[in-house]
Amino acid sequence: MTPTRKRRLILISMVIMGVAVATAIFLTAFKDNIMFFKSPTEISQNDFPVNRSFRLGGMVKEGSLQRLENSLKVQFEVTDYGADVQVEYEGILPDLFREGQGVVAIGRMENKQLFVAEEVLAKHDENYMPPEVADILLTEGQQ
Amino acid sequence: MLPEIGQFLLVLSLLLATALTVLPMLGYAKNNQTLMQTARPLSHVLFITIMASFVILVVLFIQQDFSVLYVAENSSLELPLRYRITAAWGAHEGSILMWVTVQALWISAVAKFSRSLSLSQISRVLSVLGFIALGFVAFVLFASNPFETIFPVPIDGNDLNPLLQDFGMIMHPPLLYFGYVGLSVAFSLSVAALIGGEINEQWIRWSRRWTNIAWAFLTMGIILGSWWAYYELGWGGWWFWDPVENASFLPWLAGTALIHVQAVSERKNAFRGWTVLLAIIAFSLCILGTFLVRSGSITSVHSFAADPFRGIFILVLLAIYSGGALVLYTLRANQLKSRDTINLNSRETLMLANSLIFITATFTVLLGTLFPMIFEAVGKKISVGAPYFGLMFFVLMIPMAVLLPLGSQLKWHRDDVMAAIKQLMPYLLVTTVLAVIVWFLFKPLNIRAIAGIYGGLWVFTATVGQWIKRPGRATAGFIGMSVAHIGVAVFLFAMSMTEHKDIEQDILMSPGTTKQVGGYDFTFTGVDRVRQENYQAQQGHVEVRREGRLITTLNPQKRFYPKQQMPMTEAAIYAGWTKDIYVSLGEAVNKEGAWAVRIYIKPLIRWMWFGGILMLTGAIIGLFSARIKRQEDKQRDQVMAQQLNIS
Repeated sequence: MTPTRKRRLILISMVIMGVAVATAIFLTAFKDNIMFFKSPTEISQNDFPVNRSFRLGGMVKEGSLQRLENSLKVQFEVTDYGADVQVEYEGILPDLFREGQGVVAIGRMENKQLFVAEEVLAKHDENYMPPEVADILLTEGQQ
Repeated sequence: MLPEIGQFLLVLSLLLATALTVLPMLGYAKNNQTLMQTARPLSHVLFITIMASFVILVVLFIQQDFSVLYVAENSSLELPLRYRITAAWGAHEGSILMWVTVQALWISAVAKFSRSLSLSQISRVLSVLGFIALGFVAFVLFASNPFETIFPVPIDGNDLNPLLQDFGMIMHPPLLYFGYVGLSVAFSLSVAALIGGEINEQWIRWSRRWTNIAWAFLTMGIILGSWWAYYELGWGGWWFWDPVENASFLPWLAGTALIHVQAVSERKNAFRGWTVLLAIIAFSLCILGTFLVRSGSITSVHSFAADPFRGIFILVLLAIYSGGALVLYTLRANQLKSRDTINLNSRETLMLANSLIFITATFTVLLGTLFPMIFEAVGKKISVGAPYFGLMFFVLMIPMAVLLPLGSQLKWHRDDVMAAIKQLMPYLLVTTVLAVIVWFLFKPLNIRAIAGIYGGLWVFTATVGQWIKRPGRATAGFIGMSVAHIGVAVFLFAMSMTEHKDIEQDILMSPGTTKQVGGYDFTFTGVDRVRQENYQAQQGHVEVRREGRLITTLNPQKRFYPKQQMPMTEAAIYAGWTKDIYVSLGEAVNKEGAWAVRIYIKPLIRWMWFGGILMLTGAIIGLFSARIKRQEDKQRDQVMAQQLNIS
């Protein structure tokens, strides 16, 4: 093998190794960070990822919002008018969080009834809302 | 009357853009001097007509002409004058008109500052640019016309989205568009070169300048967008890996690769095909970004109305421009074959590595951005979380930071890698010492923070060391490179500190209570009401003390805009040299006046943006390279001489 060829071979094998490592990291990162979206109905049918974060979307049920005395803990129910899910969240709710409005909560199921949210997203303004909320509003409008 | 004139000017622009597309290219095909010479004047006239229509839109806003639908939707009688002007590009239609205006400005500038190009070259470049303008003017006219009128005329308008009533908003879109559209120059050059089947150093040198300017604008636009999100959205984050942010970041990544590859291909006959391809990719990502943001396939603060027709229109434009360019590339790229061989032990190799890293980064971000849309098509709803982007980016930026000093240490053409690594050893030692000091000052730090800080210090010490040890006077090219790389170092360091040493707390505060966060005492003294031009606000008062000494009083607001029935959180920020203290109001919790208060302490966050500013400053300093100027002058003389011979 000539020196040029040898060098080229080393270079090519380095590139291939780099690509392989990058792909491996990429796939792992991807697998761990894909977040599924579930509706209350799906959750009531036990169709949700266990011990893993996902996005729960629906409407905040009228009259369900409760604030715990002297803390930032809130509880509310998310409904898609088929089923309800109890949600618990500690922190500041977004500006446009309202009962009867669309919401997306990111978190996991504590048990089969309670969803603990790490983050709550609501409409950002009249035009800006998470796409899932827009879809829910749309289907609600059709009913 | 004015709306009709605006409309007419747009139709005129459409015709002019068509002429600019067809005539010079026809002239090139038939080798007809007269037709080719129409390119420059047509470019200038096109700019004048489009600019005039944009000015008319601004005037309509100033005059509060609610007979125009777009004005009625985005302005109101109460809106202050400064925001009436900026509302002109605050929503979809106007912002696309601004895109076209900026595009026309670039075309006109290209026509003016291109004396070093021969007529056959510049006529092709301007023709391709005209073709791009044609598509976007058509988009304005047929899919997002800002001059559409309504009847009956409403008495008052709908007001501008409160989030957009802000300085960051005034500057962010124009800067971003200057960047986006600026990359179309390198794109046009590539396409023009592919059409002609030839490309030379002079040509790349010429386009490199435009790429640098465009990249600088893009960088500034992204910095402003990040800064705006930080203080305006009230969440205190500076980057969310939101699809619309990615839309601006993708061309930036590809542009960074392009800048570095151009530095090689303007010096020698190498990486020609790669340069051309990167230019095509970079601008294609700009159009893709526009598609993502404007089509409504992603809903965000940037997508004003989900109109499928608009999305399809931009997708068709993307297919025509990028698809066309890529087809041309596959057919013609072999004609641009590079003749010079590249020595493995040279700076060129490292530049190639740089472009590979940045292109890989581009594709990982692209994949994460598009994946949910692909999934959506098969009926599954998923989203790709920020941790994915964070991790991928981290993984890719390690080799970047490790290799960067080696790249600037190695000489062009041929060098000795082992010797260069040996020369870098003292810097590595200094870096390690500094990193240990940082560790003792700020421990505990997690592995990612350590890597980021180490990377930042490594790039910094090596770049500074290389500057000091450089024999002879530093050229503009060298200074530009060093300043940009110090920017990279500052960014890496500050970003690691901001991300990993920040404190975020949401707490409940009754009036008169004091809470300690991160060594500061925060005293909440209550909330009162204030009225402004077009909103009312509840304004909180938070006194910040350190060891009893009052540092500042922060007044975060919870605003309410009656026109749009919309509440908005306005954070109050104390911007210090080493950290930001950030306070925003959540909501009133009980009748006794207790509020949910969000307190953040963000170390070095401003330095992160400053790092970005250093990067773009470097790109601008590089423009004043004496070597490039000399070669351009020479080239211009040659072009002049040729023209004289012909006539």
